[in-house]
Amino acid sequence: MAIPPLVDIRDLHVTFTGGPKPIRAINGVDLSLERGETLAILGESGSGKSVTLRAMLRLNPEKRTKVEGSITVGGKDVLALGSKDLQAFRGRDVSMIFQEPALALDPVYTLGHQIAETIVKHDGGSWDDARKRALDLFERVRIPSPERRLDNYPHEMSGGMRQRAMIALALACNPKVLLADEPTTALDATVQIQILLLVRELQREFGIAVMFVTHDIGVAVEVADRVAVMYGGRIVETGPIRDILNAPRHPYTIGLLKSRAHGAMTKGQRLDAIPGSPPDLANLPPGCSFAPRCKLALPACSESTPDPVEVGSGHMARCFRTEATAPVPA
Amino acid sequence: MTKPLLTVRGLVKHFPIAGGLFGPKKVVRAVDDIAFDVMDGETLGIVGESGCGKSTTARLLMHLMDPTAGEILFDGAKVGTPDLSLTEYRRQVQMVFQDSYASLNPRLTIESSIAFGPQVHGVPQREAIERARDLLAKVGLEPSRFAGRYPHELSGGQRQRINIARALALRPKIVILDEAVSALDKSVEAQVLNLLLDLKDEFKLTYVFISHDLHVVRYMSDRVMVMYLGKVAEIGPSEAIFDDPFHPYSAALTRSMPTMDPDNRTNEAPLFGDPPNPIDPPPGCRFHTRCSLAEGVCAQREPVLTRAAELHDVACLRSEPGSGHSAAPAVAA
Repeated sequence: MAIPPLVDIRDLHVTFTGGPKPIRAINGVDLSLERGETLAILGESGSGKSVTLRAMLRLNPEKRTKVEGSITVGGKDVLALGSKDLQAFRGRDVSMIFQEPALALDPVYTLGHQIAETIVKHDGGSWDDARKRALDLFERVRIPSPERRLDNYPHEMSGGMRQRAMIALALACNPKVLLADEPTTALDATVQIQILLLVRELQREFGIAVMFVTHDIGVAVEVADRVAVMYGGRIVETGPIRDILNAPRHPYTIGLLKSRAHGAMTKGQRLDAIPGSPPDLANLPPGCSFAPRCKLALPACSESTPDPVEVGSGHMARCFRTEATAPVPA
Repeated sequence: MTKPLLTVRGLVKHFPIAGGLFGPKKVVRAVDDIAFDVMDGETLGIVGESGCGKSTTARLLMHLMDPTAGEILFDGAKVGTPDLSLTEYRRQVQMVFQDSYASLNPRLTIESSIAFGPQVHGVPQREAIERARDLLAKVGLEPSRFAGRYPHELSGGQRQRINIARALALRPKIVILDEAVSALDKSVEAQVLNLLLDLKDEFKLTYVFISHDLHVVRYMSDRVMVMYLGKVAEIGPSEAIFDDPFHPYSAALTRSMPTMDPDNRTNEAPLFGDPPNPIDPPPGCRFHTRCSLAEGVCAQREPVLTRAAELHDVACLRSEPGSGHSAAPAVAA
């Protein structure tokens, strides 16, 4: 490979040490993101998807978090950045949007002020120019009557408009990577699809790389080129969205897709649910963390962690039993 | 599914909010004159966006708050009259909430939590405890392992099973499930949905199933009611609502569901903007500000719920005979 990927995460481990027992949130994540690519990280609560995202901006509380491994973004070693460089890095190289825009925005400043401030701080220049750029951003994220909306405080906007404003803020300094942490989960269905389409459009327009965390596979399908499925702090399967959807190879991904209620089901038909519950991160089972819930588990699965197995072009599954999950040739 | 078990007529709930000192008193029109039936043995799904009044409707059905106007009839008897006291009604109608932790008493063991309701309603303690243990087994939690535990010792999925067991402890006819599976992880959600279906068969229950997840509502419901800004937009058989809706809002809602097909992604959002504020809903049809089929008359005339097909009612001027909308059918002679 001649050009290294834009984002390169290698053997990342994140452990929270604040409590009585260390919480092993991330246990060896390897992840890369190319320029202009959209990757969805799919997982349930506690799978480590948000922690991975936060680790990229070093947002996890430094004193109570042990981070091992390496994170490189555009050649910069993120874990080695000094506090000045880290400040410049956040928002400039990588920026982030959150689930709750009401909590992520500052309630006492207008949105125009918040965006202009970010631009002035990062790029220098005059407030007038920054404000012009803020207006331009509001137009790009399709906020109606943008000029007037710049003078709004966050509480004066609806949930969908606030999410658009937060996206404008995140794009203020032309970052190379946009991290999205369940940005549509708190939104209504008709608003969610608008924001998903907006993310897709902006991604094309700005050529930005997007890492999109979600628990909803339907959302992942709408935005992503590639999916990484997380479970128990590891990526258990990754591949192009079509392959994951049509030919999943990890028993967890297979179970997740099968347990979904969908339109084609007959009334009263029971769902094919995965038994048990997600693992306790303070007390992870040895070996594959899905083994206790897995129909295909062998004794070996509880002894050591499987390495990723290539099951297709760019499609990896971390499982000892991939031969058993191979699609039967028709 | 023959007779209505619960009948709701002219139900209204307005929440007063502080107006200016001399300004007019303002109200949030959370539920604004709705009427519907819940049939015996069915699952009625309620969908709609935040602020449409679905949770307020649930709380009114449960009588957790007094309605501003309107009445609820259970099995033909009006609730809150000598025919049917509130206590008796509450024995028949129970509810499961979204937050499994907040709805359990943290200081009671789960066995005592489940037995609490029946004891209040006069069941002797021994019998109530026995019933609680039976129910624990029914919801898939081994009584000998779980009976003495406290809510914080359980996972979210297990706690929601406890809440379901507690709702069933009074042997109700109707269970209202207000976003009861929304906080659960997807892999656990499927288990709880299966459990709900099993219990419905076993105890011959009637469900009112509220959720923002349209896939789940479709899977669970026999009939679906679509609400918009405190009004019923459409109510009808689940398949008809999802596959062949009459109301433009129902159509937009179902088209907003992610496609699950990477080769045919959604390329155009069915609606622009957010739902308007229920403090000051638009005049006429409340949906006309976002509706692509709206005409002048939609801003003036409020549609009434009209029969559009068998068991299928819709509140849209396009389906209302002689409403003045160009797509409306002629008045039958």
